[in-house]
Amino acid sequence: MNLNRRSLLMLSAATVAATSIGLPSLAQQIDELVIAYNVNLPSWDPTTGPSAVNPTIQGIYQSVFDQFILQQPDLSPAPGLLTEWGWSDDKKQVWMTVREGVTWHDGSPFTAEDVAWNLARVAKPETGSPIQFVWGTLANHRVEGNKVIADVAQFDPTIFKWMYFLTGYVLPKAYFEKVGAEGFEAAPIGTGPYMVEKFERNAFVRLKANANYWGGKPDFDTVTIKFVPDAAARVAEVESGNSHVTLEMPYEEYDRLKGGPLAGVATPISDIGMIFLNDIDVMLDPNVRKAAAHAIDKQAIIDRLLSGYGVKIDTLQTPEYAAYDASITVPYDEAKAVELLAASGFGPDNPVKFKIQTTKGFKPKDYEMVQAIVGLWRKVGIEAEIEVYEIAKHYELRAADQLAPAAFYNWGNSVGDPTTSTGFAMFGPSPHSVWDGQDLIDMIGPLWGEADEAKRIEGWKAVDRYIAENALVIPLLQYVQPILHAPGVVVTPHASGALLPHLMKRA
Amino acid sequence: MPFLRILLLRLLTTAITLAGVAVIVFFVIRVVPGNPIAMMLPPGATEADIARLSALYGLDKPLVAQFGIWIAGVVQGDFGTSITTRQPVLDLVLGRLPATLELSIMALVMACLLGGAAALTGTRYRGGRTEGAIDVANGMALSVPDFLWGLVLILLFGVLVPVFHISGRVTPSLDLPFATNFYLFESLIRLRFDLWADIVAHMFMPALALAIPLAAIIGQLLKQSLKETMNLDYVTLARTKGYGETRVILREALRNAALPTLTLVGVQFTFLIGGTVIIERLFSYEGLGNMAIDAVINRDLPLIQGIVILFAVIFTGVNLIVDLLYTVLNPRLRHG
Repeated sequence: MNLNRRSLLMLSAATVAATSIGLPSLAQQIDELVIAYNVNLPSWDPTTGPSAVNPTIQGIYQSVFDQFILQQPDLSPAPGLLTEWGWSDDKKQVWMTVREGVTWHDGSPFTAEDVAWNLARVAKPETGSPIQFVWGTLANHRVEGNKVIADVAQFDPTIFKWMYFLTGYVLPKAYFEKVGAEGFEAAPIGTGPYMVEKFERNAFVRLKANANYWGGKPDFDTVTIKFVPDAAARVAEVESGNSHVTLEMPYEEYDRLKGGPLAGVATPISDIGMIFLNDIDVMLDPNVRKAAAHAIDKQAIIDRLLSGYGVKIDTLQTPEYAAYDASITVPYDEAKAVELLAASGFGPDNPVKFKIQTTKGFKPKDYEMVQAIVGLWRKVGIEAEIEVYEIAKHYELRAADQLAPAAFYNWGNSVGDPTTSTGFAMFGPSPHSVWDGQDLIDMIGPLWGEADEAKRIEGWKAVDRYIAENALVIPLLQYVQPILHAPGVVVTPHASGALLPHLMKRA
Repeated sequence: MPFLRILLLRLLTTAITLAGVAVIVFFVIRVVPGNPIAMMLPPGATEADIARLSALYGLDKPLVAQFGIWIAGVVQGDFGTSITTRQPVLDLVLGRLPATLELSIMALVMACLLGGAAALTGTRYRGGRTEGAIDVANGMALSVPDFLWGLVLILLFGVLVPVFHISGRVTPSLDLPFATNFYLFESLIRLRFDLWADIVAHMFMPALALAIPLAAIIGQLLKQSLKETMNLDYVTLARTKGYGETRVILREALRNAALPTLTLVGVQFTFLIGGTVIIERLFSYEGLGNMAIDAVINRDLPLIQGIVILFAVIFTGVNLIVDLLYTVLNPRLRHG
């Protein structure tokens, strides 16, 4: 860099100005950790309302509140507020042992009463829990010493997995009853690693470390989470040193910055890209479906569009999930796709035509991926028309079973159970499924209540094999979450995609 | 026409406009695809769960009945409760309004200063290279949308020479002694210049991004008006008295030439507030615009309605004031 008098003066002025208004620097010792987060936090109640089922804000909730059961970075469960849990031998009851010596952020003791009250509260329809249909499978919650017992109204083999999934949080009974929902919204407390010090909606939340946290005091005493929804602004935040950590930026930006002044970590998370196939029109022809699946070169799409950040998948399970089976594959085979289409009278000169819907910009390169897929399809004799829609429209169309014959979507499943991936995505009666085939309904039906865990998982693997062999859905890839951070902080990524400040340490 | 009658007539048309906006916004956002219940459906939800949640949020009633309930509340000052934040809509919207107003006013001041300076300089050196350069700069400022100016400013003053804050309205670690949400105004009143400087350091880039296109419009119009005024007889008379060119422009021509520009500024202010939606999002500025985008993404129907109604009140209010000022300033309108 050439320095002349003018540029030197400008730099000096900039330095003085930066110092005077207190802008941080990457090289400084990190006293207060600042995170540029990609979404706003609309509400502090993690158990009711739309925010409770928004996967992108669970990391903030988990900083303040504990879940019933702790989930480790590899998605496996571990003792948390509950230290042990299980069913009675006849599966008519569940029991949970509650950790002792834990306190709420206001210093009051956490008890088994809190756990029982929380489970009973979200089981009531009038509370407004979106997951009431799960919590309602337990009834008659009661406390016996430091144990909570509940009757099983309807056996759900995944009930304990929901205790570290959406809405599975423990709120303070006495405090909540005292201040009410509105008071809790204004001053939330939990048992989590951080306490809320200041919250400005649409701006930031400032957290103070909970010195009494049962899992040990976090490394950073103060954490500020700024809500910066724009990706370019988030990158600028860390590049300028205004923030120390950020996530979810274009992979090109990640590659540009990770080897320079910033460090980076990019790991697969429990979020996949897939194409729903609706059993209407041409999708009723198995040859068309199978050809569409075999014609997609998933690895090439990952390499060329996502800079290699993605993991090719052939079922709705990722390698971290309980029912993942590496032996189920749907290889890229252009010749086979041509052959399948020819068997149904289609080919490049007489292409089969259908519509594919996609979002644009909702997920990294979503539209571009569909464009690439349509290009690959065209080579074998499939002419797909792309329709771009908003994600809200996707939800509405899917719930009404009115998606186009093909529709791109992303599916999250941070507990890794097959019910919350293949199950809800492919079970006809579910409002999330658009495949209504009776054969699949008959295969999946018995698995919902299967008590033998090994048999249950094997059952789901068989379902996945059947789906892959008949191309009832087209799984594409597992997403990789890019995180950029200052060299002074060590970030431990969580496979659920939650960015957790209490897992961050000083370098 | 007596002023009181004009006032009453304008108030009546304003009320009709607002009622029309209320009807349109209520029904339009229910016709467009996507509803809040579909947005919050978790995996495994059944038809019964959909019905239960719809009833909980009052979305199971016929549209006309829903409108009746909402409008009856609005008349009494109750705009309903936000679905995503579960806070009263009126509190949310009024809480964010000061931030957006301060940003808009700061942008307007910047636009007037920049545009005014460009117009005066261009007029002073008209016909030369300076005017040409100003015209080119004006063209560039107009042809680039405000959010792109925002990105350029972030790169320049946020990353390359980091002198201003990129996001937010104030540094989170600062303790704010404010009683209102007019941070900029109140920090001055309380003589807290440290806070004032911090707030300005946060507002500078979003305000400038909003101001640049408006400054170009102001600069062009004012320069054109000034050039026309400079050919009028009274200006020529001033020159014959021996006044310098700069004095002629500032003391003689500017007062008359500024009138059309002032009218434009009044109208543009409403557009400026509308423009804050994208800019506030880009700079994570905690104003109405940022909140509006979240409300639309989450299909938070009551909050969308509240924000649109407030924007409509601001727009019609500003137009009303401009119209009334016109009437006061121009006697022909009063007696026509």
